Amino acid sequence: MKAVRYYGKEDVRVESVPDPEILNPRDAIVKITATAICGSDLHIYGGYIPTMKKGDVLGHEFMGEVVEVGRDNHRLKVGDRVVVPFTIACGRCFFCKEQLWSLCDNSNPNAWIAEKLYGYSASGLFGYSHMYGGYAGGQAEFVRVPFADVGPLKVPNTLSDEQVLFLSDILPTGYMAAESCDIKPGHTIAVWGCGPVGQFAIQSARLLGAERIIAIDRFPERLALAASKGQAEVLNYEDIDVADTLRELTGGQGPDACIDAVGLESHGTTLDAWYDRAKASMYLATDRPHALRQAISACRKGGTVSIPGVYGGWLDKFPLGAAFAKGLTLKMGQTHMHKYMPLLLERIERGEIDPSFIITHRVTLDDAPEMYRIFREKEDACIKVVMKPGERTRQGLHP
Amino acid sequence: MEDTMLSLETQEDTFSYDEVEQWVSLASATALIAYGFSRRSLPGLFLALAATPLAFRGVSGSWPRFNGSTTSDDTRVALAQSRGLHVREAIRLEKPVAEVYRFWRNLENLPRFMSHLQRVTDLGNGRSHWEAKGPAHITVEWDAEIINEVEDKVLGWRSLPGSDIVTAGSVNFSTVRGGRSTQVSVHLQYEPPGRRAGALVAALFGSNPASMIREDLRHLKQLLEAGEIPRATVPLT
Repeated sequence: MKAVRYYGKEDVRVESVPDPEILNPRDAIVKITATAICGSDLHIYGGYIPTMKKGDVLGHEFMGEVVEVGRDNHRLKVGDRVVVPFTIACGRCFFCKEQLWSLCDNSNPNAWIAEKLYGYSASGLFGYSHMYGGYAGGQAEFVRVPFADVGPLKVPNTLSDEQVLFLSDILPTGYMAAESCDIKPGHTIAVWGCGPVGQFAIQSARLLGAERIIAIDRFPERLALAASKGQAEVLNYEDIDVADTLRELTGGQGPDACIDAVGLESHGTTLDAWYDRAKASMYLATDRPHALRQAISACRKGGTVSIPGVYGGWLDKFPLGAAFAKGLTLKMGQTHMHKYMPLLLERIERGEIDPSFIITHRVTLDDAPEMYRIFREKEDACIKVVMKPGERTRQGLHP
Repeated sequence: MEDTMLSLETQEDTFSYDEVEQWVSLASATALIAYGFSRRSLPGLFLALAATPLAFRGVSGSWPRFNGSTTSDDTRVALAQSRGLHVREAIRLEKPVAEVYRFWRNLENLPRFMSHLQRVTDLGNGRSHWEAKGPAHITVEWDAEIINEVEDKVLGWRSLPGSDIVTAGSVNFSTVRGGRSTQVSVHLQYEPPGRRAGALVAALFGSNPASMIREDLRHLKQLLEAGEIPRATVPLT
């Protein structure tokens, strides 16, 4: 089959690899009908994610049709149309039972690597390094899905692929980020980063009853989308002082909750990048992670800072003093996908949200290397790339 | 297609506990030293100096030693001199204690989650025959007898004379979290390195037996909780 493979920094290739096979009793094989490039795939593309190996198949946002099921998988059958969560969970351990699905104990075959770095390992992930399990990803024609009797969500044929595809990661991720803000009537929520997760965090904050949403970015097209689709007030941080403006907009009190949908790419998340920074700090103080520091500083007393953005290492000059002094609540972590997918599917079915509005590029798998570059450089007003493996001919870049 | 298979098999970059531990040591030491020097003060200098052994560990993989006869309060080191190699590990499972005990009491199940075991054969009357496999096709065999057995609580065994290695072990089963979970605590003991049997033990368990037993217990948990041991599409060799 055809698959998008990692070969090194800024080097992804579309190649032929062996078709996946059932390896465990609860597995399923899914023929992929739509798959997306995630902002976090760009961390891999930029060479920031440790324990990637040459030839690894990328991709963790995908959906398709079940073509084979393992002998102990009694929930799926061949022909089912499913969206697959990017986190892999067994459904039976302490964490799964506590609804902390992305912290599953039993889905990472290489848990010991993560334990060395973090003390304990979170769940396995598709196409996201060997530290997270070494599972082949879904930017391919087929994918093997472990624990497929608890993960994949069946979707009705009345909804298009583009309407449900983002249930695989970024819609639940944006939703959990907003839910973590404990939004009450009258609340103002500030969102750093207007990429796909930021856009869905804005949508979700609206659904959960936020009165005002203030969105912060520097790309005009992303700010425009936040304003038009999310009715957010938008701030371009290249033009204004964010801290001063937020203070002014909130009558000197600060936003009730802040969402960091940026993460730490510019900072590097690998140990060696961190080592480089430690060396650099002998001569120069670092001024990152900028968005998170700003969010903590801007947040009102007793507020919440919700962090869907990905962090991987040890942070320099993290303003814990400010968080302590103001009694902030910090919430973070990979999304507990299995908890949020069914309720968000219902919201899509009811027409409360149509996630397809973020798609700017519809291409085939063959276009992946070029699209990784365009998405990374944010050329061509790129916000979200969807690839359809089944389609051999390339459509125009804009819908 | 064949090219692909070839490239998957010839990948050489792997990760070991020791490597990760070295990265962490080196990164931490560098930060401490950098921070210490950046203080430009006496305490800062001491901090930097204090981090030096950590840096040594980061580079060499072991703590610096100043002579060969350094005493250690690490029980594993101390006991290795006189009473053998001890490994203690524990794991918690979301399964009833009776089910976990029953699974373990059927000793023939042990190779399903203990990676070094090839086969365990129940000979009846509390006796069993164990076959283990080491690197380079080393095979080690021994007979064992159960010396302590309290249902749903404890199981103890030891090797019998005439075996390739001298070993004993016990497993304690207990309920935790108000009876909702089961904790399994394993204590294994092996002949110390140095003699022939010890050399076989070293070959079987490598330099870090605790890590190996921890992985085995993780596999036990996965097998009983999830019904399968997770496998990556591209295994880490």
